[in-house]
Amino acid sequence: MKKVVIVGGGTGGTITANILARKVSREAEITLISNTPQHIYQPGFLYRALGEIIDESEIIREERKLVNKRVKLVIDEAVKIDIQNRMVDLMSGKKLEYDYLVISTGSRIVPEEVPGYEVSYHFYSLEGARKLHEALERFKEGVVAVGIGGIPYKCPPAPAEFCCLLDYYFTKRGIRDKVEIHYLSPLPRTFPHEAVAEAITEMMEKKGIHWHPMFNIESVDPEKKIVNSLEGESLRFDLLVMVPPHRGAEVVEKSGIGVDGGWIPVDKYTLQYKDYSEVYAIGDATNLPVSKSGAAAHFEGKIVADRITSEITGHEPRAKYDGRVLCFCDAGFRKAIYMDFNYENPPKKPRFSYIWYLGKQLVNRFYWSLILSGLV
Amino acid sequence: MSSGEYKVDKVVDARGSHCPGPLMELIKAIKNVQVGQVVAVYSTDSGSKNDIPLWVKKAGHELIGVYDRGGYTEFIVKKTH
Repeated sequence: MKKVVIVGGGTGGTITANILARKVSREAEITLISNTPQHIYQPGFLYRALGEIIDESEIIREERKLVNKRVKLVIDEAVKIDIQNRMVDLMSGKKLEYDYLVISTGSRIVPEEVPGYEVSYHFYSLEGARKLHEALERFKEGVVAVGIGGIPYKCPPAPAEFCCLLDYYFTKRGIRDKVEIHYLSPLPRTFPHEAVAEAITEMMEKKGIHWHPMFNIESVDPEKKIVNSLEGESLRFDLLVMVPPHRGAEVVEKSGIGVDGGWIPVDKYTLQYKDYSEVYAIGDATNLPVSKSGAAAHFEGKIVADRITSEITGHEPRAKYDGRVLCFCDAGFRKAIYMDFNYENPPKKPRFSYIWYLGKQLVNRFYWSLILSGLV
Repeated sequence: MSSGEYKVDKVVDARGSHCPGPLMELIKAIKNVQVGQVVAVYSTDSGSKNDIPLWVKKAGHELIGVYDRGGYTEFIVKKTH
């Protein structure tokens, strides 16, 4: 009986475990380690911050109920990954041996890396989203700045999307004319890809959102309420929403398998770690030049499950990740854009429409069943 | 590794990256290297020829060279502060 250990019960880890359970549970023992019994749908944080989600049960489920019964779910914290000896050490003292390892440990936020961060808000954790919601509800007038405190970060379009949704939020409250929204873009445009940037810039200009090119946040002066960029510019704010810097998981950093902030270097097609063909990493945990997003973790998880299935059943693993990412970006007023791209095919200029808004709502609903099961 | 006469300390292969894209990969790399070190970025993104030189100039680093490598472009950037 082969042993497959998956470290991390987020989107990628859960999908990988569920597919393997369906395909090779007779030939392999599949263990999924999660450091929490709960599974949280992270795209919901943005809506929690804006008050569109108040009932948090919409975005939180029990991981056990989402995982195939043939998966051995272990609620524990991985504290060491020993690649040489094919072993994962857990906080409880248990040690798990493996024949195949999938590292899906995600990313963590480290706001403390930006001097002065304490006066900022964010929507990159449930607690952060709750606090931001309270701050927004108190906000009556002034300048809201939305920027990025470190690269890489999860879901690159999220800050621009948040600006558009702030426009919708303040419009609904009837105080849009008393609020200036400023988007501090880390790039010379509003989005990494030119064609998409064109559409987002048009939308921001239509909504009266001010955007500042090449403003990578370096520090904040909490007393003067001024945010400074590493390019040498400054902006005064009344409310600052800052995407916190991200790092790879602590277990990755402590195990010495991460680079440049704890990101695991993997082959961009096979998702294997260096020369260790039995070790894979997926999702936010990798250093791949693709979005840190649930969609990337989803597609990568399917590839890794396919490759491990091939190996266990005595076939040559042929599945390769093509860099596919898809994303819906909500612009408020029930309009959204949709992008679907991969390493070879860049996104096209998207169109804002109600259809894609509905698409995003459907993904939110079917995440729990169709997506996490690995059926789509 | 060397590129022309320059010693490259870090190579960032951002070919095929549309989001976050080569410039974000460069900004990440620049933050992680020491002052005086040199980063090479490989890009297949058509926007990089404009936005990488723009950002390097604004951030006050040095663009040592831009090379067409047949199918992709290589940008060599030195961290100066």
